[in-house]
Amino acid sequence: MDLDIESGVEAPLSKRWLWPAFLALAIVWVCGGTAALGEARFPPPEFESGHALPLTATPSPRSLAMQHVDVAALVGALGLACYLVHRRRSRRGIIALSLFSLIYFGFYREGCICAIGAVQNVALALCDASYALPMTVLVFFFAPLVVALFAGRTFCAAVCPHGALQDLVLIKPVKVPAWLDHALSVVPFLFLGAGLAFAATGSAFIICRYDPFVPLFRLTGSATLLTLGGLFVLASLFIGRPYCRFLCPYGALLRLAALASKWRVRITPDFCTQCRLCEEACPYGAIREPALTSTTPPVLVPARRRLGRLLLLLPVALFVGGWVGSKLSVPFSKVHPTVALAERYADPNKPTVMPIPATPDSLALGRAERDAPQLVAAAVDIRRRFVLSGWLFGGWTVLVVFAKLIGLSVRPDRTDFEPDRGACVACARCFMACPNERVRLGLLPASAIPTRPGPGLGTGPTAAGTKRD
Amino acid sequence: MTPRSPGEGPVSRRNFLRNGARVAALTGVGAVVGTLVHRTSSQTTVWQIDPLKCLRCGRCATECVLDQSAVKCVHSYDLCGYCELCTGYFVPEPNALNTGAENQLCPTGAIQRKYIEDPYYEYTIDEALCIGCGKCVEGCSRFGNGSLYLQVRQHLCLNCSECAIGRVCPGDAFRRVPVSQPYLLKTSH
Ligand code: SF4
Ligand code: SF4
Ligand code: SF4
Ligand code: SF4
Repeated sequence: MDLDIESGVEAPLSKRWLWPAFLALAIVWVCGGTAALGEARFPPPEFESGHALPLTATPSPRSLAMQHVDVAALVGALGLACYLVHRRRSRRGIIALSLFSLIYFGFYREGCICAIGAVQNVALALCDASYALPMTVLVFFFAPLVVALFAGRTFCAAVCPHGALQDLVLIKPVKVPAWLDHALSVVPFLFLGAGLAFAATGSAFIICRYDPFVPLFRLTGSATLLTLGGLFVLASLFIGRPYCRFLCPYGALLRLAALASKWRVRITPDFCTQCRLCEEACPYGAIREPALTSTTPPVLVPARRRLGRLLLLLPVALFVGGWVGSKLSVPFSKVHPTVALAERYADPNKPTVMPIPATPDSLALGRAERDAPQLVAAAVDIRRRFVLSGWLFGGWTVLVVFAKLIGLSVRPDRTDFEPDRGACVACARCFMACPNERVRLGLLPASAIPTRPGPGLGTGPTAAGTKRD
Repeated sequence: MTPRSPGEGPVSRRNFLRNGARVAALTGVGAVVGTLVHRTSSQTTVWQIDPLKCLRCGRCATECVLDQSAVKCVHSYDLCGYCELCTGYFVPEPNALNTGAENQLCPTGAIQRKYIEDPYYEYTIDEALCIGCGKCVEGCSRFGNGSLYLQVRQHLCLNCSECAIGRVCPGDAFRRVPVSQPYLLKTSH
C-alpha cells in the first residue's frame, strides 16, 4: 500500500490525532512517499537484555488428511445407501445411515463441504480458469450425480444431511395437492439456473448464502437465516422434505439424472399385484399409479395437440425468455461487488466528503477513486458476462416450464404402481406397505398376497386417474 | 427394469431413450470432470486477508458467519517498534501511558502490554479476547510500523465457499491462498 492510498483518508482523520509528534510524522510520511507498510517508522529495537522476539502464531487449518476422510465418507455412504435401498431394502438401515450423515456431514462438518453448493464451485471453475477448484469439491459434485444415473437419488435418501434432517423429523405427512406439487417442483430448476448464473459470473454463491440448514448445523448465523432454518424444520414435520422438493438446486440435477437411472427404486420386491396398499405410503407424493394400456382417442388426441402446440411455441418462447433475461442482467449484475461499487462510484449523488470516522462505504468509495479506470473496466467486463448468462438463464427458465408442461402431456408408461424416478428420494418408506415385501421378509404368509387383477390392465378403477400426472 | 408384461412397445422405446440419456449424461459429467480435473488443485485453498489491501473498516468483526469472527489481529514482532506510546494500544491523547482501561484502544482489552527494557514494551494479542475489529490495526498502520494487522485464523475459519466478510470487504482484501501457506504475514524483509 503506498502513499496515495493512505493520503486519501489522511487529511480529515488527522484532526482527531492531533498529537504534534504524530502530525509531524504524518507529514514526513505523506511527503516522503515511501511505502507505508512493512516500513519501520520506528526502527525495531536492539534489546540489550537479549530479549527474544516471540513468533507470530499461525495455527493451521483443518488437516488435509481430513479431506480424504470426507471423500471416503461420501463414497462409503453412497455405496451403502445404494445397497440399503436396492438390495437390503431396509428402511431401518436408511434411518441409521441418515443419522450418521446428519451427524457427520451436518453437525460435525457443519454442512460444508456439501454437494449442493459444489455446483457453484464447478460453474465458477468452468468459467474462470484462475479459480482453483478443490479436488474434494469436484468429487462431491459428480459422485452423487453418477450414482443417481444408475441407482436413483440414493444420495438424497441418506447421505445428504439436509435431506436426512428433513426426513428424520417428518412425523405427520400431509399431502401436497398435485397441482401445487407440480408448480413448486419447477422452483429448484430456476434456483439452480440463478445459482449457476451468479456463480459463473463470479458474483455470489447464492445457493450457499441462502441455505436454511447450514446455520442450524453450525448453530450460529444471521437471525433471519436461523429463523428460516427453523421454519423449514417446522414445515418438515408435516410436509415431506420441503427443501428437497421445492428448493434444492442439486436435487433438481439429481432428479434429472434419476430420470435416466438404470435401476429404479421398486416398491415391491418382485411383482406388483396392484393391491393399491402402497398408494398413500409415500410422504413425498412420488408414487404413480399404473397407466392405461389402451388409451381411447378422446383422451389422447387433445394431449397430442397440446404437445404439438407446445413444441411449436418453444423456439419463440425461448427467444423471448432469453431476451427478458438479458434485460434483467443490468439489475442482477449489481449483486457483483465490483459492479455495485462501480455503480456507486458513478452515481452523481454520491457523498463527496469522507465521513469521520470513515465508514466501510466511504472506504470502498475511496478505493474506487484511487483506481477508477480499472474498476470501471472490470465492471463493464462483468456486466458483459452477465448479459450472456442473462440470455442463458432466461432461456433455461422457459425450457424448464415447457419441459414441465410437456412432461404433463406425455403418456405415462407404467404398468404397476411405481415411484416416479425423478421425484422418489429412495427413502424406502413405501417398501413395507407392499404385502409382497412383507411376505418376502416373512412377516406375512404367502397366502396373504392379494391376487393380481385380470389381464385387462388399467380396466380397474385406476383407469380414471390416468391423466392425473 | 425389463418390461414385465407383453406388448409394451412404449416401455422399451422409453428404455432405449433412457439408456441414451444416461450415456449422454455420463459423457457430459465426464467432460466436465475431465476439463476440470487438471485444473483442480489437490491443495485446497483457504481465505486470507491481504494486509496491504485491508482498510480496517471493522466489518471483519461483524460479518463473519461465526459468532466470534474467525478474523483476529496478529502481531509481526519483527516489525514492531516496541514503542512506549503504541498507537495501536493507546487511544489518541491518552491520560497516561499505562494499562488503564480508559487509555486502551482495544474495546475488549485484548492487547497485553509488557515492559521489556527501557523504553521498550511488547504488545501481545490475546486472541481469545480479540474480536477482529481492527481498531488497533488502524492505529498501528496509520502512525506506527503496521506490525499489527488482521488475519483469518485458519483453525477457526470454516472456509466457506464464499467468505461472508470477503463479499462485503471494502478493500477487496480477501483472497484464496493455498492451504500450505495459509497466512499472508508481513515480515521485515
Ligand atoms: S422410496 Fe417410496 S416412499 Fe420413499 S420417496 Fe421413493 S416412492 Fe416415496
Ligand atoms: S472487511 Fe476488509 S477492509 Fe474491513 S477490516 Fe476486514 S479485511 Fe480490512
Ligand atoms: S483492537 Fe480489535 S483487532 Fe485489535 S486486538 Fe482489540 S479486538 Fe482485536
Ligand atoms: S470463510 Fe466463513 S468462517 Fe471463514 S472468515 Fe469467511 S465467513 Fe468467516
